[in-house]
Amino acid sequence: MTDVKHHLTDDLLMSYAAGKLPEAFNLVVATHITLCDECRARLGAFEAIGGALLDEEDAVEMDANMGDIFAKIEATNSEIQVTPASTGVFPSALQDYVGGDLDAVKWRPVGMGVKQAILKTSKTATVRLLRIPAGAAMPDHGHHGTELTLVLKGAFKDEHDRFARGDIEVATEADHHTPIAEAGEDCICLSATDAPLKFRGLLPRIAQRFARI
Amino acid sequence: MARIRASQDREAFAELFSHFGPRVKAFLMKSGSNMTMAEECTQDVMVTLWRKAHMFDPARASVSTWIFTIARNRRIDLIRKERRPEPDELTWGPEPEPEQAEALGLQQESAQLRDALATLPEKQRTLIQQAYFGDLTHSEIAANTGLPLGTIKSRIRLALERLRHAMK
Ligand SMILES: [Zn+2]
Repeated sequence: MTDVKHHLTDDLLMSYAAGKLPEAFNLVVATHITLCDECRARLGAFEAIGGALLDEEDAVEMDANMGDIFAKIEATNSEIQVTPASTGVFPSALQDYVGGDLDAVKWRPVGMGVKQAILKTSKTATVRLLRIPAGAAMPDHGHHGTELTLVLKGAFKDEHDRFARGDIEVATEADHHTPIAEAGEDCICLSATDAPLKFRGLLPRIAQRFARI
Repeated sequence: MARIRASQDREAFAELFSHFGPRVKAFLMKSGSNMTMAEECTQDVMVTLWRKAHMFDPARASVSTWIFTIARNRRIDLIRKERRPEPDELTWGPEPEPEQAEALGLQQESAQLRDALATLPEKQRTLIQQAYFGDLTHSEIAANTGLPLGTIKSRIRLALERLRHAMK
């Protein structure tokens, strides 16, 4: 599909396949896979491992028999809905959380021209959309825990790499860098973290800098 | 599965139920559900299977893989009470008939993968199983077993390398 250069790690794909990630991470992973055929294929392999393990699993006897199941089947008559693939900026899983495409996002300013919109998920991790003005620095990027940043529009650069639509950056506490949104277009990212979300007033920022000395 | 898909064959479904029902239930119990919840969720998985049978594509996934993904998603939905964001479906154009050859190839690969998993060294195999079945994250497995997180990650990495090698 697109020319994606930065991909998900095995660790993340396997945890997504196994259903072990927090909801916020699931959303970022599902969004990347929609934009990346390579990771979609790799996910297939990790799901196949799950299938093979299921086949080998010891059996635990069921209480229900076939009759019970068919009774349930007959009691359920709603149609199975298949969501068509999105043609907008956001894949359909993300649109479900936003309540629409890019134009439906309810942005809140967080300073320095950066805007964010936190999406509602379970509390074990947090996910938000970020909008960084063209040419501006990303908000302070000291990582706590694991942070996933997926570009949806525009691009950002750090000392080593360029990240454009579909590219995902997987950063851990060890990574320190200062990404900057490319000139020309605002950069819109989907970003998840499993650390408590501290936005990032003056005080914590100074404290973080001291912590790095 | 093909028979269920093509003609809503109840007998074929009964076979599927008797093989996979008890295994899905075991998977759910290992993932931290109690008996009652696991039973209820398994029944729900079986209902979903029947209702989604027309969406199963044997050229893209084996039956057990497909059932695994349904069980995983129902677990997140019913037991964790979260939504499960899924990638957009690829658009394949007008309803393609599954390619016989592809489906057959996939069947052979699935058997190959089962063998490869079975011949993994015990320690690696156990970790892969815990990574999929079980309610623990890697760091929780580390805390439980007293193994350093790095050791767990490298064992999983080795296991994956072996599987990749076996699947070449
Ligand atoms: Zn990718």
